Amino acid sequence: MLVALTIAVTVAALALAAWCGFAAYRDQSTKDWHFAGMAVVSLLALVQLVVGIVEVARGEKPHDGSVIFFAYLIGAALAVPVAGFMSLTERSRWGSVVVCGGGIVLAVLEVRLIAIWGG
Amino acid sequence: MEKDGTDVTAQTTDPAEPGTGDGSGTAGAGPAAGAGAGEGAGRGRAGRTKLVSGPGIVLVWLYGVMTVGAASRSVYQIASDFGRAPLAYSLSAVAAVVYVFITYTLVRGGETARKVALVCCALELVGVLTVGTWTLVDSSAFPDATVWSYYGAGYILIPVALPVTGILWLRRSRALTAPAASA
Repeated sequence: MLVALTIAVTVAALALAAWCGFAAYRDQSTKDWHFAGMAVVSLLALVQLVVGIVEVARGEKPHDGSVIFFAYLIGAALAVPVAGFMSLTERSRWGSVVVCGGGIVLAVLEVRLIAIWGG
Repeated sequence: MEKDGTDVTAQTTDPAEPGTGDGSGTAGAGPAAGAGAGEGAGRGRAGRTKLVSGPGIVLVWLYGVMTVGAASRSVYQIASDFGRAPLAYSLSAVAAVVYVFITYTLVRGGETARKVALVCCALELVGVLTVGTWTLVDSSAFPDATVWSYYGAGYILIPVALPVTGILWLRRSRALTAPAASA
């Protein structure tokens, strides 16, 4: 369940990064539709955090320890919202670049999460 | 203070730069209009040199990411098993402090903050290069990785690219606000 969700978040994060990267390439700021996309990705990461908590509460042991596991889950849940708020303050292509970077960071965190969870 | 001399020459050699964003509309207005445009673009509402507008926001965000990464890593490492690699963990903590400080100065803005951030970026670059070379030459000194090991290869080389980008950006911000400072 967690691994499947992790892959889903990775794909969604990369799609968001590509989308906002394209907006930056076309010299556009983030629009409403981008924020809808960010909401979807953030929601997926939040669900992942909840599922992670439930799995550990049910007795599953993350390979690298639960402290690192939760640190990465929380970081993953925050990556895109923080980038989104920063793009709200910078209404130019550079705001889009930040969200693009946020998606890439989230994808990197997810890849690390698979190793932390499974070993 | 000798730095001021070089910056003055830089600002006189490219006086057109601050006006380029606005130049098409005020082509005949002369250098004063150009300086005014530069001041408007470079100054925040608080009257400080704004360092987080435009490409600067990407820099702040990257420094924020590295701050969170380095700080959480060093807190965890020092709290859990400091004895295993005291040198590596201490260096991670130093990196975290440098990142926190640069992020803060960039967000705060202002001429003093800009200069302090420039010095910190230089320190950061020296740190990355030193630790990166150190890990290459004598990896036995590092039983565990630091943020700056192998020039930050574990963080897609962002640690070595960041101070260079930071220094370039901070020097450019100076060029943008220089006419206002000298007027």
